[in-house]
Amino acid sequence: MRGNERMKRVYVNEPWCLGCHLCEYNCAFANSGLSDMVLALKGKPIYPRIHVEGDDKITYAVSCRHCEDPLCVKCCIAGALSREDGVIRVDRSRCVGCLTCVLVCPYGALAPGADGVMQKCELCLQNACGKPACVTGCPNRAIVYEERGEAE
Amino acid sequence: MKRYVIVGNGVAAAGCIEGIRSVDREGEITVLSEEKHDVYCRPLISYYLEGKTDPERMRYRDPDFYDRMGCRVLYGSRAAHIRPESREVEAEDGTVLPYDALCLATGSTPFVPPMEGLDSVPRTFSFMTLDDALALEGATDKTSRVFIVGAGLIGLKCAEGLCGRVAEITVCDLADRVLSSILDAECAGMVQKHLEKHGIRFLLGDSVRQFKGGTAQMKSGAVVDYDVLVLAVGVRANTGLLREIGGEVGRGIAVNGRMETSVPGIWAAGDCTESEDISCGTRRVLAILPNAVMQGRTAGVNMAGGEAAFDCAIPMNSIGFFGLHIMTAGTYDGDMYEEKTEGSVKRLFTKDDRLLGFILVGCEERAGIYTAMIREKTPLSSVNFDILKKKATTFAFSREIRRKKFEGMV
Repeated sequence: MRGNERMKRVYVNEPWCLGCHLCEYNCAFANSGLSDMVLALKGKPIYPRIHVEGDDKITYAVSCRHCEDPLCVKCCIAGALSREDGVIRVDRSRCVGCLTCVLVCPYGALAPGADGVMQKCELCLQNACGKPACVTGCPNRAIVYEERGEAE
Repeated sequence: MKRYVIVGNGVAAAGCIEGIRSVDREGEITVLSEEKHDVYCRPLISYYLEGKTDPERMRYRDPDFYDRMGCRVLYGSRAAHIRPESREVEAEDGTVLPYDALCLATGSTPFVPPMEGLDSVPRTFSFMTLDDALALEGATDKTSRVFIVGAGLIGLKCAEGLCGRVAEITVCDLADRVLSSILDAECAGMVQKHLEKHGIRFLLGDSVRQFKGGTAQMKSGAVVDYDVLVLAVGVRANTGLLREIGGEVGRGIAVNGRMETSVPGIWAAGDCTESEDISCGTRRVLAILPNAVMQGRTAGVNMAGGEAAFDCAIPMNSIGFFGLHIMTAGTYDGDMYEEKTEGSVKRLFTKDDRLLGFILVGCEERAGIYTAMIREKTPLSSVNFDILKKKATTFAFSREIRRKKFEGMV
């Protein structure tokens, strides 16, 4: 059964997305563990857990859908991915960077961090933000955090 | 109370246990585990040799998994026979286990072809289990010369794992290229070059004429002196238990989408099975961890009286060597779209309005979008393939499909 689980997820209202990529920077900053955005990001390549797709007219941001029946969790060869309380988390101490999760995520939502180890959207529940930084920082409120059932 | 018996204790068995418990909290589950370890992540044994993980982190489930699931595990126990009339499994030590539902999750065994002089080699190694990795760890040091027979996934992962621990590694294969089961000649050449940069030496299109103790004389005339010999020629599905009672067996135990074998009351899951590869419609052994987990779970749910099917299996691999990632999936048939750069190759295979397979070397971003199209048999006419072939992106789907996928006001 899909769509029967009530939990908040990150959704993007495509017509409102400006393609400004601020969500990517806010994500990278929120997960940097640093309190100064300039120190965290300036002059460094960023590895955000959300990314903007599209062309010069249509844009939208993609991050983990936290699927109810997640392929990434079932396919992980290291037992590093798990789903607890509706949130799919990665245990970075167990991940060996084989990228099988990247091979199977139908949304293209997953990418490794700078060290080749997987990192992913955990809804900012574990970092200092406490709620998704991509949502809080979206200047046009295109990204929202709400209950809608589940994506297909 | 229903009695469940699972032969094997790999990830297919873990999936089966969880599948059973998702339906039946009460039934009695007994697991026959030939290995004396709790279920662990078998593909990580090369990472163990590299020092990137350890047996504790290699656990596939928490230490209290079996307790939590209410399972009895018989470690070091091998099943000898099945008695289908009385629905019993007889273990080698004589223990008799009655079952209402039986799952064979017996995995596979390294296949060692007859090779002349092999009995003159004091000790040979396989590379399938944690114990194999521990044995190799104990048998090698900085001065060891290692000879690996077989340049497939197992042989090459073994080479990578041992690379920093030993003095030299030579790999031979009868095939003229590495990873011949998943790569074409050009991609294999790229991977080989990358491995050679790390000091691994190859003898391809060559095989051993004769072993003499620590020396192998090759058919080409080459001579390999070694201290440690690893045999990684191939594996065979463990089908014997079902074969001897007349169950349907091909290269693996034949199962349907519910993971039922041809014998009532017996299910099978994981590397010991063969099932339909939906990318080409033929039956194959698809010995990869994701299939084992999903088949195991499917078997478990059905054994307990629930309803589950796993009918979208395809071959797929994501494997890296020294930082170079290789992803492959499906079948390499039909028209080929190709893109190459200095360090990467992308090959997409399309036929009859479908993506059938791909090879991606060094360009793995968002590959899951391609994999999903193979698995879901997405009509290419429903997507913008000109965008998609250049870049795996959901933007290539119609707005409507995208809206459904992301369940938003996209």
